[in-house]
Amino acid sequence: MSGAVSSLGKPVRRAQSGTTEPTWVRWLLLSIALGFMFLFLVLPLAAVFTEALRKGFDAYFEAFKEPDAWSAIRLTLITAAIAVPLNLVFGVAAAWAIAKYEFKGKAFLTTLVDLPFSVSPVVAGLIYVLIFGAQGWFGPWLQAHDIKIVFAVPGIVLATVFVTFPFIARELIPLMQAQGTEEEQAAIVLGATGWQTFWHVTLPNIKWGLIYGVILCNARAMGEFGAVSVVSGHIRGQTNTMPLHVEILYNEYQSVAAFAVASLLALLALVTLVIKSVVEWQHEREMRAAVDLPPERPGA
Amino acid sequence: MTLLSQRRKAHRVLPGFNLTLGYTVLYLSLIVLIPLSALLFKTFTLSWDQFWTAVTGPRVLASYRLTFGASFLAALVNVVFGLLVAWVLVRYDFFGKKVVDALVDLPFALPTAVAGISLTALLAGNGWIGQYLEPHGIQLAFNPNGVVIALVFIGLPFVVRTVQPVLEDAEKELEEAATCLGATRWQTFTRVIFPSIAPALLTGFAMAFARAIGEYGSVIFIAGNMPMVSEITPLIIIGKLEQYDYAGATAVAVVMLVFSFILLLIINALQAWQRKRGGAPV
Repeated sequence: MSGAVSSLGKPVRRAQSGTTEPTWVRWLLLSIALGFMFLFLVLPLAAVFTEALRKGFDAYFEAFKEPDAWSAIRLTLITAAIAVPLNLVFGVAAAWAIAKYEFKGKAFLTTLVDLPFSVSPVVAGLIYVLIFGAQGWFGPWLQAHDIKIVFAVPGIVLATVFVTFPFIARELIPLMQAQGTEEEQAAIVLGATGWQTFWHVTLPNIKWGLIYGVILCNARAMGEFGAVSVVSGHIRGQTNTMPLHVEILYNEYQSVAAFAVASLLALLALVTLVIKSVVEWQHEREMRAAVDLPPERPGA
Repeated sequence: MTLLSQRRKAHRVLPGFNLTLGYTVLYLSLIVLIPLSALLFKTFTLSWDQFWTAVTGPRVLASYRLTFGASFLAALVNVVFGLLVAWVLVRYDFFGKKVVDALVDLPFALPTAVAGISLTALLAGNGWIGQYLEPHGIQLAFNPNGVVIALVFIGLPFVVRTVQPVLEDAEKELEEAATCLGATRWQTFTRVIFPSIAPALLTGFAMAFARAIGEYGSVIFIAGNMPMVSEITPLIIIGKLEQYDYAGATAVAVVMLVFSFILLLIINALQAWQRKRGGAPV
């Protein structure tokens, strides 16, 4: 029985049995592991906030009085507000097609969905420059009609959509595959329409996976640097997202301001981790509750 | 098993196949496939000689060495410490375990640029860690060491998250049997536990390696970006773009893309192997 097919579904932990290491080995391993985590994860996180507050709260808040910072925050929010819903609709559609049916080329399609994860962000930005840039496929036509895509907001959105493309789909596909199609088939047989079936049967089953995928997708969309940096053109106050604004401030040796904006992004990361953990615990609890139920089908 | 065969019989009862598959293929083509093909078409406008000169310039070759070497080293470090962290999280109980478990995903959630500037702030000569190391002649920022450190940070969750579920599913009975038959704890680890997690470790290694090769944001702040010494391949692409050398940038990007594809195929094969070995969740 493998109830744990999605990355959400961690199986219920077994009781410790007699097989374990001597106490000193356990302490040694534990301290090395925690020491490593402290050096590589806790310290960098702490450094963001201490560097931001190095000159006190006034200097910290000074960084947000700049209009450029506000326009960067606004652009980041707009970008995520477009990219995440687009990939959400795609993720649900792709997961429905891949998990609920058998067809030729399914494995290949699944690999293609994952493709953007293995493309370097810089390459992801470059491909849109090649298509929409001044020397690109549509460059002359776009210029003739006075439409700007690259070095403007649409390019930033496109690049962000590309790098966050698989997040929701890859969370939903294994989850929906594990759940099978019996419940949906029952709903259809009982006379529900396809839409009703999705809304009342499928959606409640996948809601945790969906939230999980959305928050990871959102974190990446707001934090993407490489791809966006290629297509943005770095026009202050116009095409700078928060991570790009951090870079500019940092390169201008405005360390406190750079870390102040970075601290907002670090907060976003922390909130993401908290929501993610809550979703995981919630999901685990529901799985355990489902396990505790008496078996419905006699025999089998 | 019976569930599976039942599922296979009555597939097309559910509506929406054409709609969802059609939309999936359309969106995939518009966002991913057609733009990626632009890269290939652009490359075909180059002659073979032009392509070869663009991708084998001395500065470019030095960047491959750094990118692949540092990524390999970082992925190795991740395998060792990732296994250790996964082991500790699965097998031991300690205070704050849930927080530590959640923290493992920080590199996924923290924007790379933020990771880059904060690692630099720690390791630079006047930083928290750097100030104690620099007097001893150890320099970790603004040279290839910094690149490796940034890539270790980026790749850590991959190994932990692939090994952790396999360790959780591992059958303790096997270990008990080994102990009963007189094996030492170390023998049990190397002969019983390690073989069962090896596919997952390898998958995690490949994923961390693949991610490290393409990584840009966290590296450029800490690398120092000296040509021939600490310049990574993605930065070469950006440099060529900034000089309006679109063809050259494209050529180097194609080389990176080919390596990404090969790694993606290897990772897929590894995951299939892992599934066959133990039905581990992927």
